Amino acid sequence: MGKQLNVALIGNPNTGKTSVFNALTGLNQKVGNYPGVTVDKKQGVCKLSRGVKANVLDLPGTYSLNASSLDENVVIELLLNKNDKDYPDVALIVSDVETLKRNLLLFTQIKDLKIPTILVINMSDLMQRKGIELDIKFLETKLHTKIALVSTRKNTGIEELKQLIEGFKTISIETCLDTTLIDKDYFQSLQKAFPNQDIYKLWLVITQDANFGKITRQELDISRFKTKSNQELKRLQQKEAIKRYQFINNILKDGQTIDRSKATGLRSKLDRILIHKVWGYVIFFLVLLTIFQAIYDWATLPMDLIDTNFASLAEWVKNSFPGGGKVTDLVAEGVISGIGGIVIFIPQIAFLFLFISILEESGYMSRVVFLMDRVMRRYGLSGKSLVPLISGTACAIPAVMATRNIENWKERLITILVVPFTTCSARLPVYLIIIALVIPEGSIIGLSYQALTLMALYLLGFGMAIFSAYVLDRVLKTKHKTFFVVEMPNYKLPLLKNVIITVIEKTKTFVIEAGKIILAISVILWVMASYGPGDKFYNAESYVKHASVNQSTNEYNDQIAAFKLEHSYIGIVGKTIEPLIKPLGYDWKVGIGLVASFAAREVFVGTLATIYSVGSAGEGENIETIKTKMANETYADGTKVFTLASGISLLLFYAFAMQCMSTLAIVRRETKTWKWPILQLLGMTAIAYVCALIAFQILK
Amino acid sequence: MRFTIADLKKGEKGIITDSSSEDIPLKLLEMGCLPGNEVHLLQLAPFSDPMYLNVNDSFLAIRKETAGLIIIEKVNG
Repeated sequence: MGKQLNVALIGNPNTGKTSVFNALTGLNQKVGNYPGVTVDKKQGVCKLSRGVKANVLDLPGTYSLNASSLDENVVIELLLNKNDKDYPDVALIVSDVETLKRNLLLFTQIKDLKIPTILVINMSDLMQRKGIELDIKFLETKLHTKIALVSTRKNTGIEELKQLIEGFKTISIETCLDTTLIDKDYFQSLQKAFPNQDIYKLWLVITQDANFGKITRQELDISRFKTKSNQELKRLQQKEAIKRYQFINNILKDGQTIDRSKATGLRSKLDRILIHKVWGYVIFFLVLLTIFQAIYDWATLPMDLIDTNFASLAEWVKNSFPGGGKVTDLVAEGVISGIGGIVIFIPQIAFLFLFISILEESGYMSRVVFLMDRVMRRYGLSGKSLVPLISGTACAIPAVMATRNIENWKERLITILVVPFTTCSARLPVYLIIIALVIPEGSIIGLSYQALTLMALYLLGFGMAIFSAYVLDRVLKTKHKTFFVVEMPNYKLPLLKNVIITVIEKTKTFVIEAGKIILAISVILWVMASYGPGDKFYNAESYVKHASVNQSTNEYNDQIAAFKLEHSYIGIVGKTIEPLIKPLGYDWKVGIGLVASFAAREVFVGTLATIYSVGSAGEGENIETIKTKMANETYADGTKVFTLASGISLLLFYAFAMQCMSTLAIVRRETKTWKWPILQLLGMTAIAYVCALIAFQILK
Repeated sequence: MRFTIADLKKGEKGIITDSSSEDIPLKLLEMGCLPGNEVHLLQLAPFSDPMYLNVNDSFLAIRKETAGLIIIEKVNG
């Protein structure tokens, strides 16, 4: 085993950096976290010759070393800290053929940190078509580097790149720019004060300090060098950019020829339609419709399959190990259905990310941002918030994960916080049964009241999401100035390999990260429903009398189950919260349904089925049975439990309350703290409570 | 009269003369919005905001308020 060498992949977004990463590491990659920030750390292993392995780190995309987001800050913190275990032995700057000039800005900055650097020019297969010629030898000499021409699409140049990586020791570490040229006096005095430090590194530490308050791993005391105001520093940074472009333009003048007549045909043709003031929106609407259809409809087939298989697996375990007693029950009803509750989301998540990664890879997503930014901005959201909000109508979990594409942290956080208001598919069964119960039949201008109510609930969810975004935008304070600069990348055909890797990676993240929490809570809920504190729970049979001799065993068993549930821990919880939910018009039985709904909303119907002792019910034909039982349910004084008032109140509660531990788990995972999911839980549930309370008190 | 990128109409070009305003994000400068570079306004979203530009071989969309900070000289034709 040779020494592992560290390789860092650095580059602008949209240059195919991730494609190069995938080409080097294949599926040998893992996603971790940088401590303390919401940035994914993608690492992989690349096998070089003679058993040498390279540890490849795919750093977040950045346009320069002057960080303006936490993602970019990760890059600079690593490059400034020679003691970091990931500090690169060699850096690969990935550029695409068409944006070479801009990518060289970042390249010269990395070079000036005296890190051995290889320039990787991706999409080299397009050079001819785009009318670009490069004098590689000339560029290598002038930039003091080695250049690898690769095409991840055609899979060429990767072996040559690996050889260059292996020979990293031969790469020059000569700098590109004399940093002192930016401001002679200032930099000379700086160098005098720290004679042993790289001048460019000092400069970065000083400017990052200005941008970010303080950088965490401060090894230099530069405090006495704060002789310039932030305004002056920014002016110097601008001067730096100008100097760097002078250097780059000088080299490209001789090293690159571009025949511009060949350049932008496809882009302008597609842009003319895709961001057209009318057609652009029509096309976007159709794209959304397709995505919606996929997660709502196409995903149901595999989901039903998963559902049935897990149900039969649980049944099989129960029947095969009857001697196991409680252990068998725990495995069958707690663990297996818990895992089933996680796995069932996989089709929706996979479909959503299939579409999102295609939209991202093709360059279309930036056009959507362009089209929607103006509208969404008014509510503190970004053009990119729209896709998560729409996917939220299927399920909030993939929607929250989809907010990853929003660079601006505040806009992303607001999107995450409001997404669960949109009407997800789990609310649907609850809505359907309650609407059927309390909304009268009949119609107005051909539209049935029941259908109108359902539509109103969808609009209400979306409206609440937008409204809370508006409020949050005014309440939340962020440390960083927000600004909007979106690159409009070239259109390209998505690479199948990248799409598949994204889908697998996102799905895996969900199953592992959210899965453990969901599983734990499922088991807790199962325990609460399966155990009770007293004799009434354990000897239910001696308390429940046969109603009549003719009563079937099934009916009797259902009664027992209902009695047991009433005296289980979860039943006791239901009774305890009764005073709290009484003003909303619910009794303790609905209370149990509400508590159980925190596992997942769709549990409500099943739980009510158990409480109203239709035990074996739940599927299609028995919905009528539950409905009838619910309709006949009365309080002790004979008044009905489910009236228009309590029904509307319940609908509003389900519309607004945060009753989905899976969503909370994924929000925790995406925001890296419990603060936001807890805020969501309390805030949304409070809104739900107040709205339901007002509705019931007015209508009753 | 002083022109900025926000004054450009679809298809028009200009040369940047000054981009030193405090409020222009550094990122925009680094992507090439620097004095001497040509800006080509490619397209506008409804209400002329955001604006879609080509500058320094980069294709960018920026909000109108930012565009209004970058001073240019109009290029005829």
